[in-house]
Amino acid sequence: MYRFAFSLKGTPMNIIIYKEQLSKDVFLMRISAPLIAEERLPGQFIILQTNDDYGERIPLTIADANTDEGSITIIFQVVGKTTTELSRFNPGDYLPALVGPLGKPTHIDNFGKVVCVGGGIGVAPLHPIAQALKNAGNHVTIIMGARNKELLILEKEMNSIADELVICTDDGSYGRKCLVTQPLEELCQQIIKPDMVFAIGPPVMMKFCSLTTKPYNVFTQVSLNTIMVDGTGMCGGCRVNVNNEVKFVCVDGPEFDGHLVDFDNMIARLNAYKSFEQKKMKCFVEDSFKEKEVLL
Amino acid sequence: MTHHSKDNLQAEAKVLLEAYLQKEDQLKAKDRTHIPSQIMPNQDPLIRRYNLEEVSLGFTAEQAQLEAMRCLQCIKKNCVLDCPVNINIPGFINHIAHGNFEEAIKIVKETSLLPAICGRVCPQESQCQLHCAVGKALKNVDQSVAIGRLERFVADWERESGRKVLPDVKPPTGKKVAVIGSGPAGLVVAADCKREGHHVTLFEAFHKMGGVLRYGIPEFRLPNSIIDEEIATLNDMGVELITNFVVGRTRKLTDLIEKDKYDAVFIGTGAGLPIFSGIEGENLVGVFSANEYLTRANLMRAYDKEHADTPIFSSKIVAVLGGGNVAMDSARMAKRMGAETVYVIYRRTENEMPARKEEVLHAKEEGIEFRFLENVKRIIGDNYSCVNSVECLRYELGDPDESGRRKPVEITGSEFIQEVDTVIVAIGNGSNPLISQTTPQLKVNRKGNVLVDGTQKTSMDRVFAGGDIVLGAATVILAMGEGRKAAAAINNMLLHDIQIEKAALEEVCNNALDI
Repeated sequence: MYRFAFSLKGTPMNIIIYKEQLSKDVFLMRISAPLIAEERLPGQFIILQTNDDYGERIPLTIADANTDEGSITIIFQVVGKTTTELSRFNPGDYLPALVGPLGKPTHIDNFGKVVCVGGGIGVAPLHPIAQALKNAGNHVTIIMGARNKELLILEKEMNSIADELVICTDDGSYGRKCLVTQPLEELCQQIIKPDMVFAIGPPVMMKFCSLTTKPYNVFTQVSLNTIMVDGTGMCGGCRVNVNNEVKFVCVDGPEFDGHLVDFDNMIARLNAYKSFEQKKMKCFVEDSFKEKEVLL
Repeated sequence: MTHHSKDNLQAEAKVLLEAYLQKEDQLKAKDRTHIPSQIMPNQDPLIRRYNLEEVSLGFTAEQAQLEAMRCLQCIKKNCVLDCPVNINIPGFINHIAHGNFEEAIKIVKETSLLPAICGRVCPQESQCQLHCAVGKALKNVDQSVAIGRLERFVADWERESGRKVLPDVKPPTGKKVAVIGSGPAGLVVAADCKREGHHVTLFEAFHKMGGVLRYGIPEFRLPNSIIDEEIATLNDMGVELITNFVVGRTRKLTDLIEKDKYDAVFIGTGAGLPIFSGIEGENLVGVFSANEYLTRANLMRAYDKEHADTPIFSSKIVAVLGGGNVAMDSARMAKRMGAETVYVIYRRTENEMPARKEEVLHAKEEGIEFRFLENVKRIIGDNYSCVNSVECLRYELGDPDESGRRKPVEITGSEFIQEVDTVIVAIGNGSNPLISQTTPQLKVNRKGNVLVDGTQKTSMDRVFAGGDIVLGAATVILAMGEGRKAAAAINNMLLHDIQIEKAALEEVCNNALDI
C-alpha cells in the first residue's frame, strides 16, 4: 500500500531492467535504483526482499552502478529459497524491498602493488574494488578461482582491469589447477611483495588467504558476508570477533583486516540456521513442482 | 493463580454498576474508594503461552464505567502532573464514569495522539497512577484508578465502533518536513506537522512502518493491526510514507535540506544499537541481542514458521539476561516460539526490576522462571561453537547506589553452571550511530545521544531530534512527549518563515505598485 515505487526525482524504482545468467547458478541483474546508484561506493551492499510480508532480508554486494541509467548491478548465486525466487524475477518485474547502500565503502588509495583475490561468486563484489584500485593508479594483479570453468564469472571484465590475471580452477578445467592461495603465496615470496591484498570469496577461502599472507606481513583486506537482518546496526546478528573485539559487519564493515578476523567463529555463526534453510528450500522446490504439475 | 474469564468479570461489573448508579448522587469519596478495582480480562495463561494473540482483552464498557467511578476527581490532579503529555485525566475519566465515551476520547486526544498504544505500553504505575489519591487512600499503588486501562478502553471503543475521524489538516503551506524514523516520536511529529498543512515525508529504514512498535514490542502486547491503523491515518492525512530508506546512507541528512529542499528535519531514529555485556562467549551460536530475537519474531514474522522465510532459533532452555520490558518481551516470545524452559536472570531483586509490573505478572503466569540476584559470568559453548550452558554467579543486595537502588554485590565463590541452549541479551540499547557518523556537524554526547535544547532543536540549523536518540532507551510515551515538543517548535519555525516570506512578498508587491 505504501510502496516506495518512485525515487525523490520521480523515476521508477526497484524494477528489474536486465537479467543474465552468468553460469549454472549465478545471475546478474540490473535494477533501477537511482538513489542507491548515486550514493554507492565500491565495497557497499544492499538488502533486498522478494516479498515484503514474509520474505527474508538478504544482503548482496553492489557489483556495479550506472548513474545515467539510475541502476545498480547485483550478481548472486542461487543457494536458498530467496535467491531461487529472485532468479525467477524477470525484466519489468518489481522488487518489493530494496535498501542501501549499506556498509562502509572500501578505502581506495594508491597503495602501489595490490593483489585482488576473488573466489567463486566473490569475483562479483571484487570487480568494482579492482576497478577503483586500478583507477587510483595501483598495479593490480587479479587472482580468480572457481571449482571449474563453468563457474567462473566476469573473466572478460576482470581481464580488462588487471595488469596481471591468474585463473585457477579446482579441477584444472581452466587456468591453473590449484587453489587461489598458491599463486597468492608465490606473489608474497617475490622480492617486491604486494603492498595490499583484497580477498573476497567463501569464508574458508578468505581464512586461508589471510593465513597465507600473514607470515609475509602483507596487509589483507577481506569482505565478510555474515547473516544479517536489518543491516543498519540494530540487531547485532552479523557480529564477528575482530582482534578480540565485537564488530558489526553491517556498520563497522563489511571489510576488515583478515589477519584479525576470527573466521572459525564466523563460519560457525553462518551455519546457525542451516537445517531451517535446507528445509525451507526443500519445501519451496516441492511446492514449485506441484505448481508446475497443476499448470500442466 | 486463578484465571478470571471475561464473561464472569463482565457479569459481576454489570450488577455492581447498576447498584452504584442508583445511589450515584450520594456517593462520597470513601464510597468510591470502596468500589472494587476492576480486574483486566486476560487470555488464559495456559492457552496464551502458545499463541501470539493479545494477552489483555481490555475492559468491558461496564467495567470501564465502574473503574472510572472510583476516581475521586480530586483537586490536586497528581496524575496529570505525572503524565509526560499531561492528559486531562480526571476530565476524561469523568466522562467515562457517566458513560460518555465519545467526549472522553476527545479529551484524551487533545494531548495524546496514540492512546490505543499508550494505554497498552505506558508504565502507568510509575507515572500517572503513582500518586493517585485512591491508591494513596488504600495504601497500595496497585489499587490506584486504572488510568492506562481506561485510556485504552476509550481508544479501542472509538476505533472498534468506527467513530474514528481523521484529524483536520490545514491547507498546504508549501513547507516540507522530513521525519526520520517511524517510531513513536516520528509518528507524532508527522501527524502534528501535517495538521498544520506542511508537506511531511516519513522515512523508515525497514520495509514496514512503526519502528520499535513494530520490530520490538510483540504482537501479544501491541497488535500490529493497531500500528497499521495509525499508519493508515497518517496516509489518509496525506503524509508521504517512504520505507526502505536509510537516512545517512541512501541520502545524507544534509542532502535532504540542501538538495531535496526540506525546510525542517526531525531525527527520531531511536536506540537501535544493542548493548552486549562483553562477557566470554557472547559470539557463540545461540546468543542473540533482544533486538535480533524480537525483530526476527515480530517484524520478520518468524513466529509463523510455516510462511516466514526468516528463521528463528529453535530453543529448549533459554536464559534472558536483563530485567526491563524488553527482557520480559523476549522471555515471553521465546516461550511462544516453543522453548520448554525460560529463565530471566537478573542481578537485583524483583523490587528493582524496571519492567512494567503487569508484564512481570504476565510472564510469571506464563511460566517464565525468574532467577533474581544472579548474573551470568560467561557463556560456555560446545565443540561446534554452540551454547550449551552459562556460568552464573549469585549476588546479595548491599548499600544503595547513586540511583537509590540497593547495589547488588557478588558472593565470591558462588559460581554454578546452568544448562541452556540459547541466551538472549536484553541489557539495554545505545543510540544508533548511523546518522551521527554521516553527519559530523550534528553534536552528540559521549554515549552518542543527540544533544538538543529545550525545544528539541539540535546543534544544526532546522534540524530537531527526539525520543530514544536523545534520551537513550526510554519509553514510548516519553518519545511521544518529545515528538510533540519538537513538532510545536518546527511548526513555530515554519510559521515564522511563512510570515517573513509573506511580508517580503507584500513589500515587493507594494514597491511594484508604487512604480
